[in-house]
This record gives sequence, C-alpha cells and structure tokens, in this order.
Amino acid sequence: MAAPLDVTGATAEAPPEAVLEGAGKAIEGRSLGQIAWMRLKRDKFALAGGVVIILLILSAILAPLLTKITGGPPNEFHQDLIDPTFSKPVGDGPFAGFSWAHPLGVEPRSGRDVFSRILYGAQISLVIGFLATLVSVAIGATMGVIAGYFGGWIDTVISRTMDAFLAFPLLLFALALAGVIPDHAFGLSGNTLRVAVLVFIIGFFNWPYIGRIIRGQTLSLREREFVDAARSLGARSSYVLRRELLPNLIAPILVYATLMIPTNILFEAALSFLGVGIRPPTPSWGKMLADAVGYYSVAPMYMVVPGLAIFITVMAFNLLGDGLRDALDPHAR
Amino acid sequence: MNRRKLTSITAAGLALGLLASCGGGGGTDNNGATGFNAAAERVVNQSTKTGGTLQGALSSDWDSIDPGNTYYAFSWNFARTYGRALTTFKTGAGDAGLELTPDLAQGLGEVSADGKTVTYKLRPNIKFEDGTPVTSKDVKYAVARTYARDVLPNGPTYFVDLLDAGDYAGPYKNKDLNAFTGIQTPDDQTIVFKLKQPFGDFDYLVSSPQTVPVPQAKDTGAKYLEHPISTGPYKVDSYVPGKEFILSKNTNWDASTDPNRKQLADKIDIKLNTNAEDIDNRLLAGSLDFDVAGSGVQASAQSKILSNASLKENADNVFSGRLWYFVMDEKVAPFDNIDCRKAVQYATDKVSLQTAYGGPVAGGDIANTMLPPNIVGHQDFNLYPTPDNKGDVNKAKEALAACGQPNGFNTKILLRSDRPHEVSAGEALQQALAKANIKAEIVSVPAGQYYTRFAGAPNYMHQNNIGIAFTGWQADWPTGFGFLQQLVDGRTIKPQGNTNIEEMNLPNVNALFDQAAASKDPAQREQIYGQIDKAAMEQASVVPFLYGKGLLYRNPQMTNVVISFAYGMYDYSILGIS
Repeated sequence: MAAPLDVTGATAEAPPEAVLEGAGKAIEGRSLGQIAWMRLKRDKFALAGGVVIILLILSAILAPLLTKITGGPPNEFHQDLIDPTFSKPVGDGPFAGFSWAHPLGVEPRSGRDVFSRILYGAQISLVIGFLATLVSVAIGATMGVIAGYFGGWIDTVISRTMDAFLAFPLLLFALALAGVIPDHAFGLSGNTLRVAVLVFIIGFFNWPYIGRIIRGQTLSLREREFVDAARSLGARSSYVLRRELLPNLIAPILVYATLMIPTNILFEAALSFLGVGIRPPTPSWGKMLADAVGYYSVAPMYMVVPGLAIFITVMAFNLLGDGLRDALDPHAR
Repeated sequence: MNRRKLTSITAAGLALGLLASCGGGGGTDNNGATGFNAAAERVVNQSTKTGGTLQGALSSDWDSIDPGNTYYAFSWNFARTYGRALTTFKTGAGDAGLELTPDLAQGLGEVSADGKTVTYKLRPNIKFEDGTPVTSKDVKYAVARTYARDVLPNGPTYFVDLLDAGDYAGPYKNKDLNAFTGIQTPDDQTIVFKLKQPFGDFDYLVSSPQTVPVPQAKDTGAKYLEHPISTGPYKVDSYVPGKEFILSKNTNWDASTDPNRKQLADKIDIKLNTNAEDIDNRLLAGSLDFDVAGSGVQASAQSKILSNASLKENADNVFSGRLWYFVMDEKVAPFDNIDCRKAVQYATDKVSLQTAYGGPVAGGDIANTMLPPNIVGHQDFNLYPTPDNKGDVNKAKEALAACGQPNGFNTKILLRSDRPHEVSAGEALQQALAKANIKAEIVSVPAGQYYTRFAGAPNYMHQNNIGIAFTGWQADWPTGFGFLQQLVDGRTIKPQGNTNIEEMNLPNVNALFDQAAASKDPAQREQIYGQIDKAAMEQASVVPFLYGKGLLYRNPQMTNVVISFAYGMYDYSILGIS
C-alpha cells in the first residue's frame, strides 16, 4: 500500500526552514526576534523548560482553585492522619499518607497537605525569584552599561564596587540581616515585609554578576560602527545608551536573567532552610526541606517532594535559559 | 539564671540498692533485669566488675569542664565523676533520685535560728588527685572564684545573689581570700555560709559543681579547664576542646570516704562534636555506651528502637524535667483581662501541641500544671479541663463573651524560628485558636536573642503587641522553688533576660515564695510549692502543655544504669562496663 511518491518523503528532502516558511511567499528579511524564536522552537529541551515554567506559573496563580479540587487549604491540620508515636503519616512504606484527598501525602507532625503547600510554596519561590532578578537586572544593566560606555574613572569606580559586592559574604550577611528585621518597617509588616527584604537582599547583592557581563558587552559594542555613526551625527550619550546600545543588550540581559531566576529561587530556599525566610505558617519549599530533615527515614517522600519541586523548577529555567542563549547568540553555539 | 536553664540542673551522687548488690559480688541479679523503662524503675545490670573503658560521645561540646564555669545539665551530672560538691543527689530510681545526700559534707546544712547562716562539716581524709588533703578553704575558694564573672561567666549566680559578701569581685583581682566575707572557715573541716536572707533550698544550691573544691595554688583562672584538679573517682587525663575528653582512675580517691560513687571502669573516653545521627547508630550497634547529652535519640533512631523489641528493652522513655509552655502577657491587650486568657486556656488543643513536639515518646506527656512530675512539690490538678485535652471551643467562646470580645480578637504568637518543634507547635496553636475566632499571627525570631531582645524584653512585647510567647524551662535544682521562682515571682521581672514573660506579679504568690524560703521544714516547703503552682495557674496567663520526655538508649554492656530524676538522664557517677 505504500505510495511511491510519499508527501512526507518530499518534505524531508527539502532544505530547512528557509524553504518551508518561505514557500509561496516573497522572500523577506527576518528580524532578530523572529530568527531567535525559530531557533528556539527547534530546541526541544528549551521548549520543554518553557512549558514547565508556564505550567508552574499557572498552577501557582491558580493554587486557590486547584487545592479546592484536591488537597485543601495549605495550613489545615489533619492530625488524625498522623501516628502520634512516630509523628509520621499513618500507614506503611514511603508512600504512607498518599491518597486522593492528599495526592502528595501529608506533612509529618501536623498532617498538612503537601500538594497544596507545594503549590502555595511555588507562589513564594516564583515571586521572590522573579522580583529579585528584576532588581538585579535593573541595577546590573544600568551600572554595566554606564561603566562600559563611559569608561575611565567611572568604570573604575563601578568595577571596584562590583568587586566589593562580589567579595561580600552574602549568605552570612543575609542571615544576619533577615534575623534582625523588625515586625514593622517601611510601612510594611509581616510576610510582605519579609518578602520585600528577601527580594532586596537577594536582588541587591547579585547585581554585579549581570553588571560585569553587560559591561563587557557594552565595551565591545561602543566601538562598533553604528555607535560611531550615531555619535558623529551628534547624538547625546543618553540617546546612544538608550537607542543604540540597550536594544543590542536585550539578548544577553534576557539570557542571564533567565539563568539568574533559578539561582535566586535556590537562594531563597537556602535562606528558608536556615530559618530566616518567610514566616510560618506560610509554606516555602526551602522550609519544607528543612522540616523534612528530621523525618527522612520515617517519611522519606516528605523530603523528596519539595526537593523535586525545586529541582524541576531550577532545571526548567536552566534549560530555557540555555536555549535562549543558543537562539539569541549564534556565536555561542 | 540564664538560658542554659533549659539544659541545666545540679551535681553529684549515688548510693542505694547497689550497696546491697555489692555484697553479692557482682554479676547481674533479678533486680537489675533489663526491659523498656527499666532504668527508670531500678538500677539495671547491677555489677561490681571493674576494668574496661566507658565510651561516650557528645554531638556538641562542654561549655567548660571547669566545675565553676559550667551550666549544662549533662555537665553537672558528669562533673560528679571528677569533682565532689558539698551535697549531691542520691543514686536511685524515681523520687529517690531527687533526695539530697551529703557528699563532701558529713551531713546536710545546719541552719541558724534566723536562717541566715548555714554550716557544713567536711568529711575527713578527702584528698585531691595529687594527694593534698581537701580543706574548707578549697571549697570557699571554689565559690569565691565564681564571683569573677568576667573570668568564669557560665555558671549560675545564686551564690553571688544570696551570699552576704558586699561587692566582692572574685579572687583574681584581690588574692586575699579573707576579703570574701560571704563564707567563713573557722577550721579546716568547717565551712559557714552567710546569707543576706533565709533560703530554704540552700542544700540544693551547694550540690552544684560550683562548690567542688579548687586549690587556690593550682587555679589558673580561665585556663583551669585544661586540668581541673580532681576529687572524684576519675581524674582528667586530657581535654581537647571540640575533640575529646579522657579520664582515668584517680588513685587518691578513697571509696571509704564516698558512699555515693563507684570507680569501676578504668577509663572514660568521650568523643566530642560527633554527628548526632552517628552517635545513635553507634549506640544501637553497641560500639558506643552512652550519649553524654542525655537528651534522647533522634527521630530515625527512635523509630528503629520502638519498632524493634530487642532494641526497645534497652531504651528508657524518661522525663527530662523540662516543661514546654506558652504564656499570655498580662500587660498586652486583650490579655489584661483574665477571661480572654481563659478563652485561650480552653481553646488550646494540647494533643496537637504534643504531636508537634514529637508525640508522647519523643515529646512528652500532656501537662496541666507548671511543675513536672519529677520536681519536688508536683501536684496533679487541672483548672481548665477540656475533653481529651483537645480543647473546648464552646467554653472558649463563653470566656470570650465574658471578656467582652464575643467575636474573638487578633493577637500575635512569638516563637523561635530555628526550633522546628516550636514552630510546628505555634502553627498548631494558631489553628486551634482560629476555631474560637481568635486570629493569631506568628512572629518568628532567632533563638539566640530570644530572652535578651524578644520574649525576655517586656518592652518588645508591649511595643509589638505580642500577646502569646512560647518558651520552655528546666530548673537549676529540682524543687518547686528552683523551678517556679524565676517564672512567676513578680519581683523577678526585668527589662532584659526576663523569664517571667507573662509579667505575673501577684502579692499572694510572691509571699508564698518568701514563706518557702524561710521554712526549715522540707515537707512544708513541698506543700507551699504546690500552692504556688495552683495560685499561678488560677491567674490563667501560663499554659503548660508538655512535660518533656526523651528516649534514651543504654548499651546493654553498660552496668549500674539508672535514670537520675534530678538530671533527667542516666546517672553518670556509678557507671561501669561488663
């Protein structure tokens, strides 16, 4: 029954996307964005990462709805599901406590639903991951461009400042600072304040990483012809920075931002693990991991689940970030 | 009187049924049979066999092995192997272990008519490890050096607070011991303590290692911990901080002068800074004899022990002497109203708090009084009973109505962020209170400054409207006075390091403390302690929920093992190895 002239065979022989997408149309120039998107579409790993991230963001936003279907409120105790002697979920084997009502089991000691705590924990992780990255990128990109473009003593001052920040014992400082935050400050209180402080600490002290990269890129860009052209036409520095340099820096900024988000999520988890993250009973992945340490032998899944959540999230962002870099910067391949 | 109280109590002792078994010439007899909780009921593996090395381990380190500069319960217990205080606790199971017995002294203190002078006579022929005889001056010097808080900051300050010694600042600034007027030594065998006011429990105070004699000529101040001069059955071979602590037999210790201790093993070898899980594994495998900290095994070892009958018979589930509780600050609205406090008393689900602390084995028994069962003066009563201790929402709502807050109120719960059990308990309390429409927000702060900046600073509590604070307590000596005075005597409220967190200040309670201090009759004092407990509970600002317990494991080859109620762990002064 095989047709001698199979259609699929014909397309398979055709040259890559140029022909496919150009078929029947006049050949036209493609923007950098279009080329990047095309390359990205072919990178299955990056796509998978992107899909996971979108799902994650959706489930974090929809957490209140999803937990109505299964799991229940994240802070509700179910001590009837806990064996009082061992403080572990009732039942045998590592999957004790797993049920339709509690698809990822319940927390030792309190019997709170792990599934809904993971979803609500995702809110915290993502909010802190994104906002902290935003802060880093805003400061890092600005300082990097200024240092790279103006050079001279400005560059020296900014670069040495970056060195100083990089040499800073960030984790220790974060521990100390987060430990002394008052209950009310800057018109904020409770967890809003904690999140704001965490975003500030993580964001503010990580900007030199992106700052250095942007500075390097700017250094090479400012010697390029189009910058010279703009300047010889009388463009002021601020115009050159905004209209000539920044658009060309979007690609590296986007790539490194994507790669910074998972680092920041891990950092938040580490701080929560060490007990200076957000306040109980608000769920956080790092806090769940910290709690699980005492129960790894009696309720191993309680450690595995938040660990997996962190792993999958970080992995997804890294895959997407790598894909973006490959797509946006062909030289890097 | 600092945070260490959580891990501290007092020093020295043994005796009891061992003497009977000694006559039998060693070996195990029926009285010493093993079994779950056996060491809480009798001396297990009674034996007079000598030799061998006792292997111990500790997941942390001593604060100091200098008897005058230490404040951990395990350390006070262990110090009895190399030092003898004036008095000590008897060796024996249950309440017998709470009884004081003379150690260096020939008898308990003789109190003068006005109660302000306490006299002890030392036993004759007691020697230091180098053979020099121990005199009352060595004991006086030991107490005098604890006045030098800048050199020896760790121990309690009871002597400094109680003795009539003016502003004496310790023997390092003024070497002349005569400048210290708080103690007099009319002769080498007699020591007389001069008190500012009567103090009924004085015999307990001198059981602390702070009265272990120190020869002035050998004292090197802060460096004395490198080699404390022994008076006990063992002497310090070497102590390497963070690494190991090794003791061997002290040949100048004479069993005929010491009815309390034993000198069975040749050596005691303690490894420091050992991983806690590793300690448990080695205990269960039999390559380690005891965990010096005596606070119980970790969760994973606990499940192994409880699910295995042959391991379980070598384990003991014992009261640590610790009380876990939370308080309502009487100066913070709406807890200035007793009915609002009662609402919380009734709304509290103590079972969920118990589960948060690890359940009945690792956590402890549900508490309804402040004094735990292994404290002299404990009485059983429950002023705020709820069905199965699970809370009573209806009664709570009635109390809320009486308080004028029928729709509930908002408050804050203060706890320590780095104490997983406490955080869990706070979350459980939050849930229970919510059922009675009391909305509580959790404020978590670092444990390190809990008593200096947060819970222990009334100003912080007031300014931040903290209504509820979690805390825990273990007494420096196991009587109602030692346990309760820092918690409910209104005169102990201080701006920092405050332990009367609820700010209870009742004239009748304060008066009862004075009455107990002045009483010379132990039975009467015991009675008063129970009254104080009840009067304090009537005020409704303290919610005790757990008498702390730990699961201890004893290596079956260890001999003469018994739980000391006074320390809430194995008695270290009589251990041997078979």
